Amino acid sequence: MTGAAGSGRRVPAGHVPVPGPRTWPDGTGGASAGRVQGPGPGVALLYEKSRPGRRAGTLPSYPLAKVEVPEGLRRSAPPRLPEVSEPDLVRHFTALSARNYGVDTGFYPLGSCTMKHNPRVGERLAALPGFRDLHPHQELDGCQGALDLMWRLQVLLAEVAGLDAVTLQPAAGSQGELLGLMLVRACLAARGESGRAEVIVPDTAHGTNPASVAMAGFDVVPVATDARGNVDVGEVRARVSGRTAALMLTNPSTLGLFDEGVEELTRLVHDAGGLCYYDGANLNAVCGISRPGDMGFDIVHFNLHKTFATPHGGGGPGAGPLAVTAELEPFLPVPVLVRRADGSFALEREAERPLSVGQVRGFPGPFGVLVRAYAFLRAWGPGLREMSQAAVLNANYLLARLRDAYELPYDRLCMHELVLSARNLKRDHGVSALDVAKRLMDYGFHPPTIYFPLVVPEALMIEPTETESKETLDAFADAMLAIAREAQTDPQLVRSAPHATVVKRLDEARAVKQPIVRHRFDP
Amino acid sequence: MESYPEELLYHPEHDWARVEGDEATLGITWHAQDALGEVVHYEPPEIGASIVKDEGYGELESVKAVSDVIAPLSGEVLEVNLRVTEEPELVNDDPHGEGWLVRIRLSDPSEAETLLDAAAYRASLASA
Amino acid sequence: MGAQRPYLALTPDDVAGLLGTIGVGSVDELFRDVPEGVRLRRPLAVEPALAEQELVAHVSALAARNAHVGAELSFLGAGAYDHYVPALVDSVLARGELLTAYTPYQPELSQGILQAIFEYQTAICELTGMDVANASGYDGATVAADACYLARHATGRTRIVVAQTVAPQVRRVVRTYAVGFGMEVVEVPHRDGVTDPGDFAAACEGAACAIFQQPGFFGCLEPAPELAAAAAATGALAVAHVDPLSLGVLEAPGAYGCHVAIGDGQGVGNPLSYGGPHFGFLAAREELLRRLPGRIAGETVDADGRRGFVLTLQTREQHIRREKATSNITTNQTLCAIAGLVYLAWLGPQGLRELGETCLALGGYARERLGLPLCFEQPTFKELAVRLRRPAEEVVARARAAGVHPGYPLGRDYEGMDDALLVAVTERRTPAEIDRLADVLAEAGA
Repeated sequence: MTGAAGSGRRVPAGHVPVPGPRTWPDGTGGASAGRVQGPGPGVALLYEKSRPGRRAGTLPSYPLAKVEVPEGLRRSAPPRLPEVSEPDLVRHFTALSARNYGVDTGFYPLGSCTMKHNPRVGERLAALPGFRDLHPHQELDGCQGALDLMWRLQVLLAEVAGLDAVTLQPAAGSQGELLGLMLVRACLAARGESGRAEVIVPDTAHGTNPASVAMAGFDVVPVATDARGNVDVGEVRARVSGRTAALMLTNPSTLGLFDEGVEELTRLVHDAGGLCYYDGANLNAVCGISRPGDMGFDIVHFNLHKTFATPHGGGGPGAGPLAVTAELEPFLPVPVLVRRADGSFALEREAERPLSVGQVRGFPGPFGVLVRAYAFLRAWGPGLREMSQAAVLNANYLLARLRDAYELPYDRLCMHELVLSARNLKRDHGVSALDVAKRLMDYGFHPPTIYFPLVVPEALMIEPTETESKETLDAFADAMLAIAREAQTDPQLVRSAPHATVVKRLDEARAVKQPIVRHRFDP
Repeated sequence: MESYPEELLYHPEHDWARVEGDEATLGITWHAQDALGEVVHYEPPEIGASIVKDEGYGELESVKAVSDVIAPLSGEVLEVNLRVTEEPELVNDDPHGEGWLVRIRLSDPSEAETLLDAAAYRASLASA
Repeated sequence: MGAQRPYLALTPDDVAGLLGTIGVGSVDELFRDVPEGVRLRRPLAVEPALAEQELVAHVSALAARNAHVGAELSFLGAGAYDHYVPALVDSVLARGELLTAYTPYQPELSQGILQAIFEYQTAICELTGMDVANASGYDGATVAADACYLARHATGRTRIVVAQTVAPQVRRVVRTYAVGFGMEVVEVPHRDGVTDPGDFAAACEGAACAIFQQPGFFGCLEPAPELAAAAAATGALAVAHVDPLSLGVLEAPGAYGCHVAIGDGQGVGNPLSYGGPHFGFLAAREELLRRLPGRIAGETVDADGRRGFVLTLQTREQHIRREKATSNITTNQTLCAIAGLVYLAWLGPQGLRELGETCLALGGYARERLGLPLCFEQPTFKELAVRLRRPAEEVVARARAAGVHPGYPLGRDYEGMDDALLVAVTERRTPAEIDRLADVLAEAGA
């Protein structure tokens, strides 16, 4: 057997839980009144609340002749959508939101996800009728304001990346990765180097990197991390060859460390004839401080929902624009936004862009997300580096406060996030990273990312972001230290956490063995 | 409880083989199931498939991990433990017994000489 | 550092305190691992920061330069539709606990999102008549590519068949993705606006999947059951790309034997927003559950036996299976999908049917009132392809000068159709507005 990773321990039965603190004593930090609730009855499904004949929506009815659907194409049995009143719906979704935790609820140090404050002005701007109600097929003279905003955002992103051209089309970082690899393929073909099939991916990479490599039709060549937490330069030197298509690198890495050998890595790959792809998931550490283009990268994706504070909506929408070098610009997906000599904007399609890889999304971009990211960047202006400085400062402060209670796999200053290991708690007290994560919920905090990166056992990946106050950081550090003490004094309390959430630890194994992925209606 | 039966042969990737004449039963070790956690899915090979020593022949999944099961010996699959496909937790409850995964006809019985005995496997775990 | 900066909480005293605890003398020292050669030695060359009220003024001025559907009477469709978005949707989406949450990795703190996804998956299954659905994809075009990747692995085959009546943007995206999948794409031309089942069956021989759209891009109703049967007979997965709001009146793909049903959810509770963010949906038969791309919410119980919801079957996904994953998708469109759920619950089964009937009736009225020859004499839903006496681009320009966008010129995507216009009539277009369109088109010499 090989490759086992992660953990899914069974919840011990028969334990009488001791509830943890439900609010932080001084009222600051992660806990908030909205979350003071222990386990209780759940919220019935909309389908369970449904009663025949009830409805919420009203529709206009016009005095027109009825038009029938031809026999054989007509709906035979109606969909069992819920039949509920509008007041019922408001209460239902209010109850659901009360059972959810967002950045608005409290501290959310989910590593590599950059859960910073989402400025509210973005919501107002994206809802302006000129944006919200603009049809994507509107003629160019009717959407110059939207195109102007997109152009301005492209200019800003190109400057932050240190690269020449930008496409705003990808709907998410993972789609940006896939598109980036399509550009690699097209570029290599144009150079007459189509045979290159290998993409070098460090073992610390997000799972999306190898998955994107496979979807783009390349092969993954993994490389290891060295003792300082950098990509092993020697191994990359040994692996690059005439088959190398590209290197994909996240920098700072998912260990929260800036790769000290980055210049050597990009040089090695370029010398071998490959291209260099920068996964921008961790860009929040280095905006205005170090630019991927200056590190030697040819392609960069941004996660606007991370670095530029657009709300992540419980799993999306996101946006994953790419910035590229001038050499790659001809291959960008259509439609390509261009500025004409008269200052107006146009969209170029296949006919004008013969080298384009094609189209990767139905319409030019996730525009509503772009508006919010543009607003964020304009609110910061040239001071953006101070955003990254604060993010790195906050992370190092937590590192300093927690390094004695948890193991530190790489003893260096961190960047925007820190990776600790609960290996000591697991070894000494049988308390895992998962247990620590669950216990943090009792203290009113969202847990960090756990069991990632895979190279660190019992990993706790903590990303505080720049928007948190010292009081919040202290409250979180105090909770982490308290849990480390509890692991010693009352390990079962930690192992059976959470106690103060609306449900207790959930049986994920059962959900896989007997999958129920939709409501089953009574016959 | 952690134990490694003397009558089994072990592969360093935490797989075992029970050799009987020119056939063998294969599975994963107690250590492997402990590292994987509660097994929730078994993706077996097809009957008749050829499996190759040191290469994956099936997959075991826990909630948050997926593992290739490595063949300790080469051969042709004669039987798949269908009970494990129905009750994958058998791999946790009895990894060296009821939780076996496949039975094969050996294509090269001499390969067994390269495997570890229980003492050597235990020693390899201790030094890891 | 320390000057007032947007969205930060650290005061100069805080900064000093943090640095002291860390044991460094300055913020710059924290970046000592960044090699000299890759440091930016100048401020970012971007325009000065704007205060919030300046920002609102600046961006509002940009928005004001757009001719949105409230300013210019619009009959544009062609993949994005001006359906009404109820106030209830805005109100639910403004809930910060939903708006500002990440992917629900920690289920005990994410029961709200997880239950909403579970309810959404149920709604999509009910609409499409399928057994299972994922938590959403990026849009109606990328879910078509997802379906092809799924079909490649499910069938071991590498050919994709797409009807030419599938929206051009969907076909383009499938073509782009197919290169990396190692798949080839074959398009089946239409006959009189619809796909011939015989042509489709011939193309499906040896294919991994066959995609058709109901209603087709021209608005015409496809012989969908026959197309699905033609695909299935060859062992290809039958993939229906459907308009979700047609499914109150049109048959569900699951009822006529499709393996996969996909579509664009924009019209379902999501504003046009210049093309995004929207969501795509993907539903399938039970046996394809373990091959679905992306997130799936599932029901389970907690340690006390209480019902709860989790992300399930995660070993399909990139964060565990890496290069062998069913897809690279991680972020999807959860909030947009929740908008879809709220909208569908607001509508209910009766409302969905009435909406479909209203679109049908308005389409019938437009046919009669416009008095223009149809490109194809077929029954239609929501959209209508009409022949004009002059190039459609010219007619669009003239009509817009009169404040009406009359529709999408089909010559942009189909050869020989420069005189054809695709007119979309949703429930938001009143009979009086259709009268106005008729008048404007007549004045434009259409």
